[in-house]
Amino acid sequence: MHVCGSHEWTITHFGIRTLLPDNVEVRAGPGCPVCVTPAADIDMAAQLSLEGKTILTYGDMTRARGSTLSLSDAKASGGEVRIVYSVHDAIEIAKANPKREHVFFAVGFETTAPPTAYEILQQPPHNLTFLTAYRYVPPAVEAVANSPDLAVSGFMNAGHASTVTGMKAYESCFKSTRKPMVFAGFEPIDVLISIAMLLRQIASNDPKMENEYTRAVTWEGNLRAQAAMDKVFDRVDGYWRGVATIPGSGFRIRSEFLECDTRARFGLKEASGDEQFVPQARCGEVILGKIDPPECPLYMKTCTPASPKGPTMVSAEGTCKIWADHKILATMRCRV
Amino acid sequence: MCLAYPGKVVKVDGDFARVDFGEGTIKEGVNVSLVEAKIGNYVLVHAGYAIQIVDEAEAQQTLEYWRQILAADPGNRSGYEQQLKGGLS
Repeated sequence: MHVCGSHEWTITHFGIRTLLPDNVEVRAGPGCPVCVTPAADIDMAAQLSLEGKTILTYGDMTRARGSTLSLSDAKASGGEVRIVYSVHDAIEIAKANPKREHVFFAVGFETTAPPTAYEILQQPPHNLTFLTAYRYVPPAVEAVANSPDLAVSGFMNAGHASTVTGMKAYESCFKSTRKPMVFAGFEPIDVLISIAMLLRQIASNDPKMENEYTRAVTWEGNLRAQAAMDKVFDRVDGYWRGVATIPGSGFRIRSEFLECDTRARFGLKEASGDEQFVPQARCGEVILGKIDPPECPLYMKTCTPASPKGPTMVSAEGTCKIWADHKILATMRCRV
Repeated sequence: MCLAYPGKVVKVDGDFARVDFGEGTIKEGVNVSLVEAKIGNYVLVHAGYAIQIVDEAEAQQTLEYWRQILAADPGNRSGYEQQLKGGLS
């Protein structure tokens, strides 16, 4: 199993599953930040935009629906929503519009959290707060590894998230699960080599933490980025939409920086709970890697990239969107 | 979301750098404060911020493995097996 939308894109785009032996299956695990962002947080952002705040976020995030509205829907209803490329853009926009309240809807994994931490440490403008829904991947890998109904044989870990955390962040997960692990890059040949490394570990019954992406991933990771994250955020329990609340997988802005925290400024609560997708949609099982998109009754029938019903069909990193873009209509299960 | 591209730092000015991604793509104002980037370093850039310095020697080594694997006779698996064993495990 891999846990990164970019890996899913490489694997699907280059037809890597079709190259593998019949008894090898590559499953897409929870690697799409937009997909796992709680509906309650999207609802909160949509509501704030309708109350006159400017919401700033990444493009994919504007199209994912919360319990009723997406941010695009909110914009169509008069809310102010602007797409940014980076948190730095959000700072610049807030500075240029000092009389308006701005909210940066901060989603992503530990790859994306350090720049936000850095900007919070630089004292952002007072008319900008951060609605954070960051999630930390290592505890999610551990949760998936321990899931009996998935029975994953090994993990291809996300190369870019791991450049920040380093391999060390997965050590406790590896020790408790003894699942083969390879830290993998994103070129097709990186992925092929990583699969070969995993298969070798599995075949020799010798689980290890191995690094294929040696040009970017180290054991320690990016210590400056880790220090910035640790200064600004506490690690708390995090709810992954359609999956579960995973202990230690959420980021909460520390009390020293409460003036930057959207929830604190406007008296809002952290998202939790068990929320549903549209009726019959099986987004949650796709996110977890339990099913392939064509096993969902809505896939490419009522749910398409042009008219997505769930977040996995919205995001460029969602498994449904990637499969739909490549016109895949059948499952890619093991053929033995 | 975790997309990141490698590029070469061609100028550093405080926290910001000019990064050359090759084939004519040059970006100004890449924030390099999370890494210790120097001119000539390759950095991985994610959403406007460099998140890691790419180890050039490791990258060259990986490219060399790729070349060897790609050049190997597809019918001859032993060469490929050797690369995996010798280089990457």
